[in-house]
Amino acid sequence: MRETAEPILEAVELTREFSGTRALDRFSFQLRRGEVLGLLGANGAGKTTAMNCLLGLTLPTSGNLFAFGLELHKHRVEILRKTNFSSSYVSLPGNLKVWQNLLVFARIYGVPKPRRKIDELLERLEVAHLRDRVTGQLSAGESTRVNLCKAFLNDPELLMLDEPTASLDPDIADKVRKVVRRARDERNVAILYTSHNMRDIEEVCDRVIFLHKGRIVAEGSPAEILRRSAEQSLENVFIRIARSGELEDDPDNPPAP
Amino acid sequence: MNPRIVLALCSRYVYLYTRSPVRMVEMVFWPMVDLLVWGFLTVYLQKSVGADTPGVFTWLIGAMILWDILFRAQQGVAISFLEDVWTRNLLNIFVAPVRTAEYLAATFVVGLMRIGVTATALVCVGWLAYAFNVFTLEWWLLPFFINLLLFGWSLGMISTALILRWGQAAESLAWAVPFFIQPVVAVFYPVSSLPAWLQPVARAFPATHVFEGMREVMATGTMNPATLGWALALNGVFLALAGGLFAWILRLTRSRGLLTKFATQ
Repeated sequence: MRETAEPILEAVELTREFSGTRALDRFSFQLRRGEVLGLLGANGAGKTTAMNCLLGLTLPTSGNLFAFGLELHKHRVEILRKTNFSSSYVSLPGNLKVWQNLLVFARIYGVPKPRRKIDELLERLEVAHLRDRVTGQLSAGESTRVNLCKAFLNDPELLMLDEPTASLDPDIADKVRKVVRRARDERNVAILYTSHNMRDIEEVCDRVIFLHKGRIVAEGSPAEILRRSAEQSLENVFIRIARSGELEDDPDNPPAP
Repeated sequence: MNPRIVLALCSRYVYLYTRSPVRMVEMVFWPMVDLLVWGFLTVYLQKSVGADTPGVFTWLIGAMILWDILFRAQQGVAISFLEDVWTRNLLNIFVAPVRTAEYLAATFVVGLMRIGVTATALVCVGWLAYAFNVFTLEWWLLPFFINLLLFGWSLGMISTALILRWGQAAESLAWAVPFFIQPVVAVFYPVSSLPAWLQPVARAFPATHVFEGMREVMATGTMNPATLGWALALNGVFLALAGGLFAWILRLTRSRGLLTKFATQ
């Protein structure tokens, strides 16, 4: 973490129920400027629900959300102007060319000199050659990087990245991680990052939150989490939490050999 | 309401329509089929039944063209929304700083553009093939057009709200909703030909007053302006109700957590 000022994003006792099941259970955290926070957990742990609540796509059953000191549901548009989002599971319209898609979003965000900005981002993400290609014809890796171009269009102060390296080969995944780190280092962007790739987390995240059944079961830097657990790697910590819901052994109830 | 955002959203549809000639065909082909069917029916009726009264059935073509204005306005809203669903772009839009009113306004403008293309084609072919000049309606054409446009937008918002509520399984409603009301709004026959109990229902729709007015203008060259006043007032009610329904369903979809499933399914 590079700075400990006012939180850019804050969730307070966020709870979300679906048909009586708690997908998020009194989930609280803060994300500060220049920090990359990893949100981890097995499938169904509550990461996507948390992300959707944070983006205003799903309303929480109870609890509060603040971004830039403003309550999310009352100031959604002001907050979203300074925020952006990219997910491997959400694509830009496949029937438009890459530059057309990016230009539409640049205009929505009111980006000054949008064409220049688009060219600059395409260069930075090493996809300038795709400028005139139809978006639906891109490979997964190309599509992810074009989505990231969209996510950086408005120079966001808060960036939410949902599994940005899913289905990417190691080379492209490495490039994506570098772009994320550069955004944090050069522009002090606050980044919320979900991934199932523990290498991503170790390389990119300053702090991580492990979720299990909607509740926080561990929080700290990747190194701290490893120290507290008896595991050798973050991947083992992930597996342990996914299976037992605990970071550390309960001394009164040790696991079966 | 930020016009820059409305224009940005509209530019997406312009790119989409200019990149895909098939979509242009869809905007012209079906209306043209309708025009040909109603045009030949008019010619037949004119020759066999109305030979003594020239032009007595030409209002059928006028009704068809005006109906298409209503239908295209509704389609502009509903199909624009579905385009975002089909291209899985809805989530990108909902996490961008776009107000619901701006999103709807963009679909309204797209509806207007679609009408521009369709109406130009219909008016030209109607005139060339059947010597039907829509401008015989003179200045009455403008309030007719505005009222049908407003009602089409209301129907578009209702269709979109229903699709939002029931998901993609309900997407056929984008085409069906206008046809639910077509038998009642007296497009091709006067309200007086409907059963007595149905006539008050018919008069509750703004489109009914437009089609009644059109027949009156074509028969007498003028009409009672109060008819248009009714249409406008009813349009105000429909727009408020449809906008309220859309906003309510959108909130319901968010509160139930359905928006993301809907946007990525």
